[in-house]
Parts: sequence; C-alpha cells; structure tokens
Amino acid sequence: MRMMLAFLAASVISMVPVTAADLPDGVKPGDIAPNFILNNVDGKRVGLASYLDAKGVILVFTCNHCPYSVKYEDRIIALHKAFGPKGFPVLAINPNDTVVSPEDSFAKMQERAQEKSFPFPYLFDADQNVAKAYGARRTPHVFLLKRTPKHFIVEYIGAIDDNPNDANAVDEKFVEKAIAELVDGKPVTTQTTKAIGCTIKWKK
Amino acid sequence: MGCLVVHTISLAGQVSASASTVLVTPQTLDEVMGRLAAGGDTTYVVNFWATWCKPCVAELPHFDKLYREQRDSGVVVLLVSVDDPKELTKKVAPFVRRKAYLPQVVLLNESKPHEWIDRVDPTWSGAIPATLFFRNGRRLFRETEFTFEELRHELKEFMKGSP
Repeated sequence: MRMMLAFLAASVISMVPVTAADLPDGVKPGDIAPNFILNNVDGKRVGLASYLDAKGVILVFTCNHCPYSVKYEDRIIALHKAFGPKGFPVLAINPNDTVVSPEDSFAKMQERAQEKSFPFPYLFDADQNVAKAYGARRTPHVFLLKRTPKHFIVEYIGAIDDNPNDANAVDEKFVEKAIAELVDGKPVTTQTTKAIGCTIKWKK
Repeated sequence: MGCLVVHTISLAGQVSASASTVLVTPQTLDEVMGRLAAGGDTTYVVNFWATWCKPCVAELPHFDKLYREQRDSGVVVLLVSVDDPKELTKKVAPFVRRKAYLPQVVLLNESKPHEWIDRVDPTWSGAIPATLFFRNGRRLFRETEFTFEELRHELKEFMKGSP
C-alpha cells in the first residue's frame, strides 16, 4: 500500500510542470543586491566587487538565442556607451542551461560577444544560482543596482523600455529614467515593469 | 492589413457553423478578455505564444490536440500570438496557414507589454509560453511549457473546480 501511495504521489508530481510560481521570488526594489562572481567571456572572473568605483550597475540577464534579447542587443550596447561613462556600466549575464539551449553555450557566448564587440562583460551563470537569487524570469530582464558604501541596492527591475519591437517608437525609457533619477539623488518613480521575453531555460 | 479568410469544412463535409473562419484576427487584450468574460459556461484555454519562441512553437500541437479532443465538452482554445503586430501578413499568417491548427489564432494588437501583462495575470513575469484557463470569472494562470499530458491534466483539474 505504501509503495502504491508513493507511486501515486510520484505520478502526480510528474504531472505538474515546474512553473514560475515554483521558483524563488528573488529580490525586490530596495533589497540588497546578492553578490556573485562568474566567468566572463574573456576568461576573467567578474562580479559586483569589480564595480566598487561605479555609481551603480545595469545588470541584464540576457542570452544569445532569444529573439527578444537580440531585438534589445543594440539598445543594451547603447545603454553601456551612454551610461558607463556616467558611472552606470552594463553587466550582462547569460543564465540559460546549455543542455536545454545549446546556442547559449560559453563558446557561443564568446562568439557573440566578439561579433557584436560587446563593450561590457558577458558572464555565464552556469549553475543558474545568480538568476535564482535575483528572481530573473526571462531574457532580457534588467536589475538596476545603485552602489552604497556597503552594498549594491536594487533600484529597478524590469524592461529596458516600453517598445521591444521598435526602438524608434519608444515612449518611455525605463532604465534611462531610473538612472537619471538616481543621478539626481531622487527616488526611482517606476520601480518595476514587465515585458514579454523568453523563459530562462532552467536545468531539467 | 485585412484578415485572411479560409473556409473550414467539418468532418461531415459541411461548411462549419460560422461558414468561414478567420485565420488570424488582430485583437486588443480588452477584446480577448471581454470575450472570456462574456463566455458564460465556456471553458477557455488561452495560450500566449509567438512564432519566434521555440518552446511555444513546440507546445502548439498540444493545444491543437486538446481542442480536437475537448471541443465537444464546451472547451474553447485560443492561441494568442504576442508577435509584433506589424508581422501579421509576413510572418504570423503564413506560419498559421502552414500549421493549419484548428483553434482560433489571435494576434495581440498591443505595443506596450508593460501595460497589458498584469491585466492577463498579476503573477505573470511576461515570459512565454504562458497559459490562462478561464471559466465564468474563475481563472488559473500558468507560466510554463506543458507536455500534452500536463496540459490535459491541468484542464481536468481546472474543470473539476467548476460548479
């Protein structure tokens, strides 16, 4: 009987797919940004501790394969070029499992970084712990961090802007606006936004 | 940018009730949600997908199969594409024509995802695929990719909760 119950329980569990609701919540605006150190495409180790002289970091979970990430690639590069010199550089992280998504392998990341001459680090979250700690759900997914004397604080979570399909038809640039407010010493007015994107490819 | 119209013939060889079925209909989210709200005892399975999303495309046959299996029990499957509305004629309609799935396909006629994602479900991060089950104001939202068995199981569980 016990065996049978165990079998029944197992079959019920196997029916229920992993959904977003099963994943850890991650961080909210105002939380301390979790620390990490990961491999960059250039072979170096990079983490938040690499940015102690910055005012903040535009942390972007992104990847090679996702067409939405590709739609935003040039806008992410533009963000870094515009705001890196103002103290808010881009730090990109690929959180995808490479068995599920072979296009997002470390070797392919290196190729993409070279093709597009990424001016920012492109890190590989091989065990997906950073994506889980932040509560990243999709690519691209931005976490704007502000540096304080002791920590980085999460100031904004969400989309880069309000129009993924057409960079020329954007009305609201969420990340740029949040940075402008931080630079002015003001609180960020829009702290979270949502966007369509590819699911993060979790290990099976 | 007109709708593309095809004629569907039922298995009995008769032209189906509506005489013709629109292949891809551009609709706003209000139009989609309004339809669910006005659907009475109809159970809706609304799948959010896009032609560019590989796991979504892999999952679509399950929704087609589910509809074929369940349409006689008051279940309507709606495939809501979140592709760029500008790509209706170039990308979405050809894809839908090629696949020839039975459920109705809607192309979401919206451009600002951050304004409508919460109106589908507040727990949705915006990642696709995602599926909403809806009947008489009751709803179940799943941000996940289903196997056919999982999808049928979720629908069965959802329908159990109905009076």
